[in-house]
Amino acid sequence: MKLHEFQAKRIFAQHGVPIPRGEVATSAAQAREIALRLGLPVVIKSQVLVGGRGKAGGVKLARTADEAEALADQILGMNIKGYTVKRVLVDQGVDIRDEIYLGMVVDRARRRVVMMASSEGGVDIEEVAATKPEAIKTVAIDPFLGLKAYQAIGVASSIGIPQDQFRNFTKIAFGLYQAFVAVDAELAEINPLVVTGEGTLLAVDGKMVLDDNGLYRHPDLEEMRDLDEEAPSETEARINGLSYVTLDGEIGCMVNGAGLAMATMDIVKHYGGSPANFLDIGGGAKSEKVAAALRIILSDTKVKAVLFNIFGGITRCDEVARGILAALDEVKPDVPMVARLVGTNEEEGRAILATADMITATTLAEAAQKAVAAARGELA
Amino acid sequence: MSILVNKDTRLIVQGLTGREGRFHSEQMLAYGTNIVAGVTPGKGGQQVLGVPIFNSVTEAKQATEANASIIYVPARFAADAILEAADAELELVVCITEGIPVLDMISVRAYIDRTQTRLIGPNCPGVITPGEAKVGIMPGHIHIPGPVGIVSRSGTLTYEAVAALSALGIGQSTVVGIGGDPIIGTKFVDALRLFEADPSTRHVVMIGEIGGTDEEMAAEYIAEHMKTPVTAFIAGQTAPPGKRMGHAGAIISGGKGTAAEKIKALQSVGVPVASHPGEIAEMVARRL
Repeated sequence: MKLHEFQAKRIFAQHGVPIPRGEVATSAAQAREIALRLGLPVVIKSQVLVGGRGKAGGVKLARTADEAEALADQILGMNIKGYTVKRVLVDQGVDIRDEIYLGMVVDRARRRVVMMASSEGGVDIEEVAATKPEAIKTVAIDPFLGLKAYQAIGVASSIGIPQDQFRNFTKIAFGLYQAFVAVDAELAEINPLVVTGEGTLLAVDGKMVLDDNGLYRHPDLEEMRDLDEEAPSETEARINGLSYVTLDGEIGCMVNGAGLAMATMDIVKHYGGSPANFLDIGGGAKSEKVAAALRIILSDTKVKAVLFNIFGGITRCDEVARGILAALDEVKPDVPMVARLVGTNEEEGRAILATADMITATTLAEAAQKAVAAARGELA
Repeated sequence: MSILVNKDTRLIVQGLTGREGRFHSEQMLAYGTNIVAGVTPGKGGQQVLGVPIFNSVTEAKQATEANASIIYVPARFAADAILEAADAELELVVCITEGIPVLDMISVRAYIDRTQTRLIGPNCPGVITPGEAKVGIMPGHIHIPGPVGIVSRSGTLTYEAVAALSALGIGQSTVVGIGGDPIIGTKFVDALRLFEADPSTRHVVMIGEIGGTDEEMAAEYIAEHMKTPVTAFIAGQTAPPGKRMGHAGAIISGGKGTAAEKIKALQSVGVPVASHPGEIAEMVARRL
């Protein structure tokens, strides 16, 4: 789950990371009040869950209260990469002398949280990684020892942070790691970490992605979920306990198992079609779940055919077939459907589906080819 | 021969009295797996499915000389269950549970690495040596004994490959589901090493997916250390970047972990990669 900048920075501040004074506004008038209260200049920052806000014109400096109001008015409602701006963060302006990058991420290969820092702050770190990888310094954090001071100082020195800032940098690095662990993050970034004209360090921008598997420990954070992060169909899927990702294609896929669901998308593409979604109904899916899944697939108007690919193991094909029938009864789709049920109780499952108006297949390759043809209207 | 589990495996089921644990224990017993004990804190002294229940893994091990365990407890208790099994010095722990927080797994893995215990999973279907022992949730009846070792990050996709091999009369030595999480106990390289050392495994099928770089590391290992031929499949060629595809570990992040990179890495060391799951069994049949 992604957090907004203002949410991430609040969490950082709770763990001792200095951030600029600032408040969130949902109207231009409110932005003006905040600007007057904080003192000018201020920065008006769109709060959307996507990178590149600055380049898109979603971050602007205001020198007067009138300007703050006008810019907030301009940014609120703006569309940035498909996301509508509903809130702006009004932050006190900062005298920037230098910009640093400081981030922490779960590194799968090293099986550690890794701290990354770079003197190239204020730009996309992936861009730095691609063009100037030597500018990024990393250090792995032992889960039992935590971040140690010498590690932070070593990184500070290697990226050229002024020596009189080592203590501040270390304190911020400690705070960031503490925040990371406290909220079960999988990514936390301060970009830029600014060296101000007054010679202090300030976390001017913040980003956090939380581990969905850790959210049960943080019901307060779960409530902060911005539904704009996912398509409405993805929200419905999540509530129904389904793994669903919407894609651009025209063949809806319903599969049990994540790996098989991906392989099903791939084989649709292999035979010249294009998958409309990833959908894993999980093991032992009951009819309500199958019905919810079918509703979600068909809510996508691009879908021209639906492909059911069920490998019955512990999940029984007859059970899934009954689920599909119940779902068809409720949803009444008007696109062709191809079903491939194999494994435990496959004959019973096929017999149940024989009463429905469905195209059947025995192998995955055959099912995919039929689904592609059906989507083109080549199969009745 | 086989790897990890066999007819001598003496298994503890952690969470045997729960709904999932009980259901799958029944299936494992029916397959012939030697379940010697169950562990559920607070239910020690009971008998469930004819299996004695203990309050702790250590007690269970002392009473039954168990050497392995399988974990079916909910995600919020699963990390603790893994550590308990490792502390009791079991040789093998298979964790089926999905949804353990990644920071918990970083600590668990760091701890396990200091012990002699091997962890499979979490978020995996388990391990089966056909005809000997089923330690997991896979449908036992699709497997037959034979020369092909399988290692996979996925469940049903593996069953698909197994069923196709069995249909051609090609059996399996051991099938290992290593799990779909970003931090797991046994990676491709570890499983490949075990298969390479197993004389009864004459061919290995490796089923990977998007996310991470374990397949690339496996490719390096195969090139340098393996004589046993390997056939591969990678799921997720059409997966979009930045989206988690069901498994916590199946995500292309920062442009890394794409199927294309993994396929290229494997092909560059001479490992043929099937273009779809149905092709895996055909390729193995040709190469055996």
